[in-house]
Amino acid sequence: MTDVLVCIKRVPDVGGEVTLTADGQGVDARHVGFTVSEHENCAVELAVQVAAATGGRATVLTLGPAEAVEQLRSALAVGCDDAVLIEVCEPGSYGPADVAREIAAVVADRGDELVLLGNDAADTGDFQVGIRLAHLLGRPVVNGVRTVAVTDGVLVARGDGVDGVETYELPLPAVATVLEGGVEPRYPSLKGRMKAKKAPIDTRAPRSAPAGSGRVRLLLPPAQPSTVDVLGEGPQAAAAVVDLLERMGVAR
Amino acid sequence: MSVLVFAETTGGGIAETSLETVAFARGLDAEVDAVVVGELPHGAAGELAEHGVRTVHHATGDAFGAYSGAAWATAVQAAAGQSRVVLAPGTPRGLEVLAHLAARLDVAMAANVVSVVPDDELVVTRQVLGGSVLEEMQLPDTPALLAVAGHAVEAAPAPAPAVGTVRELTPEVAPADLVARVVSVEPVEAVDSSGLTTASVVVGAGRGAGGPDGFGAVSELAELLGGALGVSRVVTSLGWRPHHEQIGQTGSRISPDLYIPCGISGAIQHWAGCASSKTILAINTDPEAPMVTKATYAVIGDMHEIVPAINEELRRRRG
Repeated sequence: MTDVLVCIKRVPDVGGEVTLTADGQGVDARHVGFTVSEHENCAVELAVQVAAATGGRATVLTLGPAEAVEQLRSALAVGCDDAVLIEVCEPGSYGPADVAREIAAVVADRGDELVLLGNDAADTGDFQVGIRLAHLLGRPVVNGVRTVAVTDGVLVARGDGVDGVETYELPLPAVATVLEGGVEPRYPSLKGRMKAKKAPIDTRAPRSAPAGSGRVRLLLPPAQPSTVDVLGEGPQAAAAVVDLLERMGVAR
Repeated sequence: MSVLVFAETTGGGIAETSLETVAFARGLDAEVDAVVVGELPHGAAGELAEHGVRTVHHATGDAFGAYSGAAWATAVQAAAGQSRVVLAPGTPRGLEVLAHLAARLDVAMAANVVSVVPDDELVVTRQVLGGSVLEEMQLPDTPALLAVAGHAVEAAPAPAPAVGTVRELTPEVAPADLVARVVSVEPVEAVDSSGLTTASVVVGAGRGAGGPDGFGAVSELAELLGGALGVSRVVTSLGWRPHHEQIGQTGSRISPDLYIPCGISGAIQHWAGCASSKTILAINTDPEAPMVTKATYAVIGDMHEIVPAINEELRRRRG
């Protein structure tokens, strides 16, 4: 029986143009939705699979504002059993070390044997919360894996390394960060959605004040005016394209 | 002031991304040292010296035979000494080793760094949200840990090469740092059989391909140009093509001389993976698509008509 805690982060769902808040401290999210990273969707799927295979429970956790319950319920709808919200008013003031410390306090309290996180958050891209968490808990950690499975108390994790597919085996309790691509996240069933709507959320206050992320300000990269050279329209442009390929020396 | 670069090796020498990181470090106006963990390929120390590295710390020992992020971080820590800044390439291992060091020393670490403003307190500029937004971040701790974004600077030999003295070290590694260690490696061609991340020409296809059967002409174009085929995220999530062909924030990041995206609108998540392309030739029905407006060249129209026409013209000129 392996209890799995999977950590997710509510991030703005930006597909096109991004605008910033007036103080330059955040993304103006008034006109966009929210989501979690694809890495985390895969981590949720793996958490549900490991819990089901071992008879344990899968719990989803986030540190965020009250609105982050939306992302927790999405994870409940695809099979997580429980949800924990570390509720903070200004999640942006929590740096990766702060977030790791808060998650560590919850894990120490609950005792989940396996903690899964995404490889990196879709917004801040810090690449470090999972490893900081492992150090705080005194647990081994594997990074950027695509699949995990638990057999006889041993975590078997696989991911792409520089020389091929690498396999790690480590004893539980452990921490793993997940990259997209190893599993297909499932869609919520109607039953799952109904269950998620009513599920209680274990809401907790942060343990300590954040040290901060070091953010001075956000800025948009200088807008590049379009300088595109349109070679033509439709198949008639083929000759102009091949002329270009020859000039570039790629049409061998 | 001295700074330390964690350098990765490939079969033949120092990895290109590590040489970029050395070039970035030279920009800090400091003495640049480097640390190589495990095998030091023949000529690699000389290569680092050419790029301006003063001392090459070479960490060896049984603990470094198989890769372990925690153990390798111990080697970097042993080499760091009084370094003001420790830098790593923004590769999976570079990021992992640096994060272990950050956790162990309880200091701040910045990922995806593109430039730095050295001062009493270091301020860096780094990419967030897949590169669509920049963040200025302060790193007051010593050492400051920076993972440098790919292609933030170009690798280039130093104006004046350094000596590149090799200093051997065999740091002691705690048993706990060897628990999470690679136990086996299965060489798999499919991981990047086409060389997507190293190809000089990449042909991309997106939703405009229309279905799993819509990739014949783009594959042929890639083949005719001796390049690789890449796809957008929607293509892999619809199951039209395998995940290892995906270009984007959660897929491969490419930097070819020429990228030819066909039927790809250019959402931020895709742009994050192809922004380093030197030249972009976009083929799209929508002249206002972000991929078209950001491209160097464009052809407006249906990829299913245009790409076969290009293939035919290429074959015709070759006789």
